[in-house]
Amino acid sequence: MKSYESFIFEKSTPGRKAYSLEKKAFKTVTLDAELLRSDAPKLPEVYELDVLRHFTNMSMKNYGIETGMYPLGSCTMKYNPKIHQDIAAMPAFSGVHPYQETGVDGLLEIYDHLQTYLSEISGMHQFTLNSYAGAHGELVGLMVMKRWHDAHQTGKTKVLVPDAAHGTNPASAIVAGFSVVELKSNHDGTVDLDDFYAKLDDEVAGIMLTNPNTLGVFERNILEISQAIHDKGGLLYYDGANLNPLLGMVRPGDMGFDIMHINLHKTFSTPHGGGGPGSGPVGVRKDLAQFLPKPVIEKTADGYAINRDKPGTIGQISQFYGNFGVYIKAYAFILTNGEHLKDIARYAVLNANYVKESLKDVYELPTTVACKHEFVFNGLKDKSDHVTTLDVAKRLLDYGVHPPTIYFPLLYKEALMIEPVETESKQTIDGFIEIMRTVAKEAKESPELVKTAPHTTIVRRLDEATAARHPVLTYDAHLKP
Amino acid sequence: MKAPNTLMYQESHEWVKIDGNIATIGITDYAQDSLGDVVYVELPEVGDETTKDINFGTVESVKAASDLMSPVNGTVIEVNEAIDDEPESINEDPYTHWMIKVELKEAPDLSELLDADAYLRFCEENDA
Amino acid sequence: MFKYLPHTEGDINTMLKTIGAASIEALFEDVPPHLLNPDIRLPHAHSELELVRHFMSLAEKVDPLTPVIGAGAYDHYTPSIIRPLIERQEFLTSYTPYQPEISQGTLHYIFEFQSMITRLTGMDVANASMYDGSTATAEAMFMASAITKRKDILVSHTLHPATRSVLETYAHYKGLSIKPIAPENGVITLAALKDAISPDTACLIVQTPNIYGLIESYSGFADLLHENKSLLVINQDPATLSHLKSAGDYDADIAVGEAQTLGVPLAFGGPYIGYMATRDKYVRKMPGRICGMTKDVDGKPAFTLTLQAREQHIRRDKANSNICSNQSLLALFVTIYLSTMGQEGLIEASQQSIDGAHYLYEALLHTGLFTDPFKKPFFKEFTLETNASISDLEAHAKKAGFLAPFPLKKLGLKDNYVSFAVTEKRTQDELDALVAALGGHS
Repeated sequence: MKSYESFIFEKSTPGRKAYSLEKKAFKTVTLDAELLRSDAPKLPEVYELDVLRHFTNMSMKNYGIETGMYPLGSCTMKYNPKIHQDIAAMPAFSGVHPYQETGVDGLLEIYDHLQTYLSEISGMHQFTLNSYAGAHGELVGLMVMKRWHDAHQTGKTKVLVPDAAHGTNPASAIVAGFSVVELKSNHDGTVDLDDFYAKLDDEVAGIMLTNPNTLGVFERNILEISQAIHDKGGLLYYDGANLNPLLGMVRPGDMGFDIMHINLHKTFSTPHGGGGPGSGPVGVRKDLAQFLPKPVIEKTADGYAINRDKPGTIGQISQFYGNFGVYIKAYAFILTNGEHLKDIARYAVLNANYVKESLKDVYELPTTVACKHEFVFNGLKDKSDHVTTLDVAKRLLDYGVHPPTIYFPLLYKEALMIEPVETESKQTIDGFIEIMRTVAKEAKESPELVKTAPHTTIVRRLDEATAARHPVLTYDAHLKP
Repeated sequence: MKAPNTLMYQESHEWVKIDGNIATIGITDYAQDSLGDVVYVELPEVGDETTKDINFGTVESVKAASDLMSPVNGTVIEVNEAIDDEPESINEDPYTHWMIKVELKEAPDLSELLDADAYLRFCEENDA
Repeated sequence: MFKYLPHTEGDINTMLKTIGAASIEALFEDVPPHLLNPDIRLPHAHSELELVRHFMSLAEKVDPLTPVIGAGAYDHYTPSIIRPLIERQEFLTSYTPYQPEISQGTLHYIFEFQSMITRLTGMDVANASMYDGSTATAEAMFMASAITKRKDILVSHTLHPATRSVLETYAHYKGLSIKPIAPENGVITLAALKDAISPDTACLIVQTPNIYGLIESYSGFADLLHENKSLLVINQDPATLSHLKSAGDYDADIAVGEAQTLGVPLAFGGPYIGYMATRDKYVRKMPGRICGMTKDVDGKPAFTLTLQAREQHIRRDKANSNICSNQSLLALFVTIYLSTMGQEGLIEASQQSIDGAHYLYEALLHTGLFTDPFKKPFFKEFTLETNASISDLEAHAKKAGFLAPFPLKKLGLKDNYVSFAVTEKRTQDELDALVAALGGHS
């Protein structure tokens, strides 16, 4: 990776242009001066090659899935098929205005077929694709839960969330108007049943679970838990962040979940895009489908229609119909995989267990059960040199590997969460294992080398405290003395 | 871990010093150490009410955020503005750099507060 | 074997041996057996050629019309260099930049995005973007409520009705109360605000240009609101900031909006990109990702995600927002767009849109089919009243290949109101053809 530090603003030279627009014969209209800003917004004045070089050089400071292995736990960093980009860019898909409602059957068919396939895969009755991301899906799913309780006038207000859950779970529950009751986890991250029964009172509206949980362990007692929640008149929410190892193997709907979201950017390989756009469809069981947000895409006698005014729904949660340009890629992914979908789950689980077993003699494995698609080490096995998980992660950068997720879940102090997705080969994984072992050896033989890593990246460890104490968030703030 | 004998402590890791009808409140050495680099402290305004066991602000570090719980009922009469510019001072000396001064409404209920020894024992148990 | 999955039988056997498992199925023994291997009906695995044929056949069931409408999504020009840049795998396939040492590319463009958004809006700080304009507005509502510790949200009725719907949904569940303010002759007025404001008012949310395309002016609004310790939230199409006064000019507290207008393809409604900017003093109450500048251990300047103590992964049930991601790739898109167009390009594109819109406006009035109910300044979009059958008008336009006019009835507004929008992509010939079609002369 090459160092590249300039700002596009610094390349600006008055008069340069990187765009071209034709001359038009329209009369020039001058708006009332009262409405106009006094100065034009200062934007770069550069020519086309400047723009290309600036952003191409910028890209070289990044690590992508085609750069190397990306075993980032909980993020499912699998290969993103190239063909998806061409499909999404076809003018019939990228060039249609969202308020065009006739001559769009091809688009509505994609929406309808994708939601049908997602229902098949997850055991739900119906999905909305309107929600933009995983956290957005959680919020919408919890609004559906609230709407159901309101419709049945249960008066229930509490949502149970395990302490090992993703932070979005409790945050989404609060935004949806619930209060949160934290559940204790067992050592392997599964629900502590004693604590669960102690907290399962008449005010509990539902529970949010990730299964396999954030330690990659399948919740063995899931049927007992869902029975108990349903008996109390509550609902089960499935956080689909960890759906990858269940594809085609077992369905959340069959486990008793009533509402769920899927992170299409994870399991269905629409790319992560450096943090978005994602897509977080929400699926529900049959009697909850009436509450899914509007607009709703409906089948008609001769095609499809967009229903904007469906009564009884939770309301509108997006301007239009979600991230069409993203979920079209998930649709393509399902078509390409077809009957191989189950192999995604099988090989993801195989890869994870293989890495786990290959490294457990040098990294501390707190739980011995078979994992699903990911697992968590509690740092190095030998902690006598005080080399932390952060140090290990930073040292991996020197070897050109993207580090695993660190310090999540909060159950172990030195959590190091590894997810070697199904699209990685045994050879690549063996290379990763080798590097992990080398780092463990270095931690023993030359701990300072690891504690001060990385050494070879374009920037080294950052002063995050100063960044947060005295925020510099714009180029203009940076220019100020 | 330091905990001066002259102060009283809460299990939520605030210290308080009562001087007549004025209570001075800050966070403990144990608290700043577990938070790590303190980057921001959100404090109430002068004139705001504080209520025992209700939060009066938040302290943020790079990787954590923690509520500040009031040990007393009263009215905020002074806020340590210097922390705003130098939140790192909390890491340097959490006992000199107090956060708020509160005028007490009534004689405070000190029964749940710990003295220095008891607080240090509590922290040790917490770590174990 | 399958092209995305590299496992040979030999690999599988060796790996199982290391694990000490008899089969892959044995790794699923913790799943209740009767739930395993459900019968799932999915299409067969498509070859690449089959896949392309399938999407071609779907594309044949789409008849893309040339939009001469907007209503929240505008057909602006996309410079050709953007797509190849954003599709570089280093940008496209990377995760949220949690490891700054190998994510300086993503962090760099987020920093430039924040810098450009603040220059456009005249605010101090911006976040790394939000899902879309409507949810950005809802987050601004939460933020204003958290800052003021109040629950009443004044919302101008000239906001896009879909944005209002999203606000209503979010407010309902969070326990906030929406108080609508009716417009006068198509725009919100200071007098109406005076009537509506109360000690419970957290903020006023307004939009310019509004749903009718009219440019609103907010002189005096901020003073009145600030005196009452309430905030002013302005939702504005950022493309219009080439010309129009900004949230900063109006002394607003939060600026939000939909940045699809900065060259992002229509794509049937998404992915788009919401933006949010605010004053320095509120930065720690702003939701979403924020990138800042700092130094590494060698003193070298570098970027990192910062102020994370605001966020859900740290605050959990005490977070103000559950937002976890941004529209990062679209933030890159918009940053490249603004770099390519520059200040001159942004102004020129806007001016062509304004000129084209006014040309169409005059021509439509000339047909005698339409009247202007407002007679107020507009930008690239305008609303007219008609006694003609709107579905007939739409059908005529469609026959000529155009999507127009937009019936505001579709959004619950007045039955005989229709709107049109013109961007720099529309030529005079196209607009003439549309007018002829609507007038029944083609």
